[in-house]
Amino acid sequence: MEASEITKLELKANDIRQDVIRMLEAAGSGHSAGSLGQADIFAALYFSILKHDPKNPDWSDRDILIQSNGHTCPVRYAAMAEAGYFPVEELLTLRKFGSRLQGHPERLKLPGLETTSGPLGCGLSQACGMALALKIGQDFHRRIFVTTGDGELDEGNNWEAIMLAAKYKLSNVIAIIDRNNIQIDGLTETVMPLGDLKAKLESFGWHTIEIDGNNISEIITACDEARSITEQPTAIIAFTTPGKGVDFMEYDFHWHGIAPDAKQAKLALKELRTLNGKIISEEE
Amino acid sequence: MEDYHLIDDILANDLKKEPIRSGFGRGLVASGKLSENVVALCADLTGSTKMDDFAKFYPDRFIEVGIGEQNLVTVASGLAAMGKIPFVSSYAAFSPGRNWEQIRTTICLNDRPVKIIGSHAGVSVGPDGATHQMLEDIPLMRVLPNMVVISPCDSLEAERATLAMAVNNKPNYMRLAREETPIITTYSTPFQIGKAYVYWGGTDLSIISTGTMTYHAMVAAAMLVSQGVSIEVVHVPTIKPLDKDTILASLSKTGCAITAEEGQINGGLGGAVAELLAENLPLPMKRIGINDRFGESGSPGELFAHFGLTSDHIIQAAYEVMDRK
Repeated sequence: MEASEITKLELKANDIRQDVIRMLEAAGSGHSAGSLGQADIFAALYFSILKHDPKNPDWSDRDILIQSNGHTCPVRYAAMAEAGYFPVEELLTLRKFGSRLQGHPERLKLPGLETTSGPLGCGLSQACGMALALKIGQDFHRRIFVTTGDGELDEGNNWEAIMLAAKYKLSNVIAIIDRNNIQIDGLTETVMPLGDLKAKLESFGWHTIEIDGNNISEIITACDEARSITEQPTAIIAFTTPGKGVDFMEYDFHWHGIAPDAKQAKLALKELRTLNGKIISEEE
Repeated sequence: MEDYHLIDDILANDLKKEPIRSGFGRGLVASGKLSENVVALCADLTGSTKMDDFAKFYPDRFIEVGIGEQNLVTVASGLAAMGKIPFVSSYAAFSPGRNWEQIRTTICLNDRPVKIIGSHAGVSVGPDGATHQMLEDIPLMRVLPNMVVISPCDSLEAERATLAMAVNNKPNYMRLAREETPIITTYSTPFQIGKAYVYWGGTDLSIISTGTMTYHAMVAAAMLVSQGVSIEVVHVPTIKPLDKDTILASLSKTGCAITAEEGQINGGLGGAVAELLAENLPLPMKRIGINDRFGESGSPGELFAHFGLTSDHIIQAAYEVMDRK
């Protein structure tokens, strides 16, 4: 992919981060760190990797994206709005009464969501079910992408799914694990050590790739590689910076489950507009 | 009263018996034949939940998930998302016993037409003991929006229910018993999801029963006739949605009720009927079933006697309730 294309996607990720800050501030609650950390992944997915049509969310040939870590839905909603699924202005209704943008994603409320999620550990197994259905139907083109958190892997349901995906050689399943090393109570390695995740997944029979999850080029390359794998499901362990792009949020697990107030949001937006000095801020 | 083509003599000594789960096995194969979208998943209990014939006839549509009931229902949710009609089976103690939240979120809130089959429900599982005698499945499933809850009385009704579940496009739970159960319906007996059926007409008291207890209710009704008491038996194979009209019509006539089920009365059929009557037609009633206890090892006969589930217990309760009219 050309450098200019990558830059476009980086800028898109930056737009998504700004949307996320505005949404969370307006909502007054929600999950900041993971949403910001995954902005590059969701920009790459919605603007490069996924085969999808925002004007026809039920397109029968689309790739499917399940967000198992549903608490970070602000990043998905923002990416969907930017991609044209619904007006960007609607993002500010997040978590409010009557909104299609529920606090955790609810499929029946918003076209383009593939499942209802939030309670952790259930996305991988739903992806397996979808992948099995494609296999039974001899459809070898579509892919089932699923994003999960790393703390989420504490849930045993994941490992049941991980075994099943290997057993049935579900090469159409591509899991992107947001390896940001934090969860609500602290660091993942303190709360419940995941250890060598790559070795674990490989020993379970998965093709496993480690990337910098804030590097658009690496995200796209890894997904391309995953599409080419046969006989094995793929896990992309995406090392991300929680709170990425906002200095006072980065690496601080306290930001896992809270939203910025007005003052913090203003600071965050100013920092994001400059894109780490690459862009001159237009507004104060 | 409508003729539901039941067997002629409920008190006959030579009633044909069959495990209710066997009817499910036949219904599943028949559903698989009718629709290519029907798939089946099991959690290492294929034979005892009677999925083995389906697995043999349709190996490409059978998925063995191993001993993982959380995975069982969530994989099924994913299959349903792609247009499949998944039947998932295990022992009721584990599914829906262990995987309730997954059922709530990925099947009910998500409104996916997954068909959950809980076998080996009730104390009639016998020697396996309390861990495997699922008594709370109906309460657990009944409180979930979108969920349909079915509890057939014999193998033939289970077969018809399975066929009906395959085409209703909703999340369903069906409870099955392990032991051989007398067959009281015939292939001409109607079954429709959401309908209750007056299997025995009478005027003095309504026995509202479900699952394996409908046979015992019928036996009690037949015996009470000889004592000059006129009993109505309302068989309720669908606990949710409850056929309120049929139950209230019966109660309007008889003025009192007993409920009978092989499970917890709190939140079970007994709970459902008590809610219905309290709000619409407060009348004397008594709930027969398991009252806030766990089961234990024993033969089904010993356990039915111990927990007060026999026809004799129903008869005794009938006189008690009629006295309160």
